[in-house]
Amino acid sequence: MIHNQEMIPQQPAPSNTIGPLAWMRANLFSGPINTVFTLIGLYVLYLLLVPTIQWAFINADWIGTSRDDCSREGACWVFINARFSQFIYGLYPSDETWRANIVFAGFAVLIAWLAIPRLPGKRWVAIFALTVFPVTAYVLLHGGYFDLPRVPTHRWGGLMLTLLLAVVGMVGALPIGIVLALGRRSNMPIVKSFCVVFIEFWRGVPLITVLFMASVMLPLFLPSEISVDRLVRALIGITLFQSAYMAEVIRGGLQAIPKGQDEAAAALGMTYWKRMGLIVLPQALKMMIPGIVNTFISLFKDTTLVMIIGLFDLLGIVQAALSDSRWLGFSLEGYVFAAFVFWIFCFSMSRYSQYLERKLHTGHKR
Amino acid sequence: MSVRPNARPVGQKPPFWRDRAKRALIFQLLLVAAVAAFLLYIVGNAQANLEARGITTGFGFLTNTAGFGIVQTLVDYSSQSTYGRTFLVGLLNTLLVGALGVLAATIIGFTVGIARLSPNWLLARLANAYIETFRNIPLLLQIFFWYFAVLRTLPSARDSLAFGEVLFLNVRGLYLPQPLFESGFGIIPAAFIVAIVVSIALMVWNKRRHEATGKRFPAGWIALALILGLPLLGLVATGVPVTWNVPELRGFNFRGGVTVIPEFLALWLALSIYTASFIAEIVRSGIQAIPHGQTEAAQALSLPQKLVLRLVIIPQALRVIIPPLTSQYLNLIKNSSLATAIGYPDLVSVFAGTTLNQTGQAIEVIAMTMAVYLTISLLVSMFMNWFNARVALVER
Repeated sequence: MIHNQEMIPQQPAPSNTIGPLAWMRANLFSGPINTVFTLIGLYVLYLLLVPTIQWAFINADWIGTSRDDCSREGACWVFINARFSQFIYGLYPSDETWRANIVFAGFAVLIAWLAIPRLPGKRWVAIFALTVFPVTAYVLLHGGYFDLPRVPTHRWGGLMLTLLLAVVGMVGALPIGIVLALGRRSNMPIVKSFCVVFIEFWRGVPLITVLFMASVMLPLFLPSEISVDRLVRALIGITLFQSAYMAEVIRGGLQAIPKGQDEAAAALGMTYWKRMGLIVLPQALKMMIPGIVNTFISLFKDTTLVMIIGLFDLLGIVQAALSDSRWLGFSLEGYVFAAFVFWIFCFSMSRYSQYLERKLHTGHKR
Repeated sequence: MSVRPNARPVGQKPPFWRDRAKRALIFQLLLVAAVAAFLLYIVGNAQANLEARGITTGFGFLTNTAGFGIVQTLVDYSSQSTYGRTFLVGLLNTLLVGALGVLAATIIGFTVGIARLSPNWLLARLANAYIETFRNIPLLLQIFFWYFAVLRTLPSARDSLAFGEVLFLNVRGLYLPQPLFESGFGIIPAAFIVAIVVSIALMVWNKRRHEATGKRFPAGWIALALILGLPLLGLVATGVPVTWNVPELRGFNFRGGVTVIPEFLALWLALSIYTASFIAEIVRSGIQAIPHGQTEAAQALSLPQKLVLRLVIIPQALRVIIPPLTSQYLNLIKNSSLATAIGYPDLVSVFAGTTLNQTGQAIEVIAMTMAVYLTISLLVSMFMNWFNARVALVER
């Protein structure tokens, strides 16, 4: 028998398994096909990034007030600068924008409070956000009370209008969606078929026809003495459309709750509404938060369609600014700016939903 | 255990509001009554409003002369045609951009989705950047970008971008050569159909033989060779009876060839690129949903990597992929209605836009438009449900 009496001395890991070179060999150049892909990828990156950086940063003009300050060699961000307040507030009178700012600030604080897990009193903040805040925001934005000058809704626009449409559409759609989802799973055949028809109808047509319907047909359906504001008409259309999508998301959540939960609650003698309100819905909603956030993201992007019925949301106001004769030919800058704003909002929402998904993962998975 | 003091003696009926069945009946009757009252209310209002504005109702307007032109029509159309014809033109244009959009979005989406899972770090990152960029920007903005910022800033006809002297791109659109078929051409589509029939027969035979004997036959390659080769053979045998009508610059514009209008290009690009970013994520999640044990088990049977993919991974991934893919196809077709923002003559643009404005018959026009989209949605989801039921996992 052979025994090795000596200890083999410790050695560093072979140099071809650690370090940046080894990483590159494993992840970028592991074979001929991989190498070709890497080279093509690098070339594409070069083609995309170099001109973009040149255009957006190196050759760009940042300071100035009119188009004469633009060298036209790269992007002219002067245009965005000159129009910035319009892009944010629309045609809101410039003396009154402090009112919009207060609403923005309040909104940001409430969202942050609800989104950051460590802060206490979520329930009360949520109740405040759904009751006191909308009324305050309306009084501030619309005016007409407390000596605030009135600002009619057709002067609202820009990012302010985009956020307003998205938030009101979402908050309005959630309760209607819950009712529809419960109705779709109900044992009562007439209730169930009403809900199925309602959901399938709104999901089957494009939002743009819904908006056309809201702007053209809604006035026909109401008595001639009632006139509904154009913004309110768009909001009704968006809310109905979105509630159908919401109902399907919530239905998915309801289906994922084990039947035993409902049966156990029934065995304790709870009524239908108590079972739903205290046992089933809280679990389903928690499970569906990622789905609800996804619906919110698509709603946020869909608000751009209101420009087709003549409301000036962020995209609408950018589009209007592009046809200003003093600033012709700056469409690229305008679209890049609008895309950037929408991207920031949507991307952070999707990241938040992924974070929630990870955080809530332990709740329903063993 | 205590007895509930107010427990009902056996045999006595509960009051009707405590009886679940009766309560459900009453509730449903109330709901029907409320919906009926609501409908009566809006119909009554609509009638009064229409009378007050002097708008006639009914679908009679469809036979009136439209009196406006449309830039892209797949069927004969002139400004003397009827509103009914306008509807048809719009519908066909919607279907055209929808079908080509679905095709392009599927190809881009699958490519990007698979690249996202590539072991190549750079490729995976690039695919991820594509997805995160395009799905977080509103579609309407992307349509505007392609139309106003890219295609509207192309050079004029005189300085068009030429690709090999047959393809020209300028501010008025893309000019392609048009094939002109001569008399002997009929044999080529015939050869194509024969090749498809033979290929299907071959596939069926191969599947039966495989199930019976376990032997495989490269039927896919043979079918591909047949479908490509037989028409090509026909083409050579008949002496290539096709001439190309190549677009030519005459005066200020191109003559001849096929013109693809910039509105179509912008809408098609935006729809495909936007939807592809969602399809890519669906493909990725579908592939990732397959447990790793499946791959390992297949490898343990010493199946080659190609067959592992084709027989184990892809069939199972498709089950996960198809239902959300269906929704994306439907979204793409519905989103094609954004055409109206740049003036591509789709259904919403020519019918719910121009026709509605000219006739004022809002209820009929919007109802017809919505009915078209509802029908498309229901047909597509019926087909996909059928397809899904075929591939779905059958459990004990």
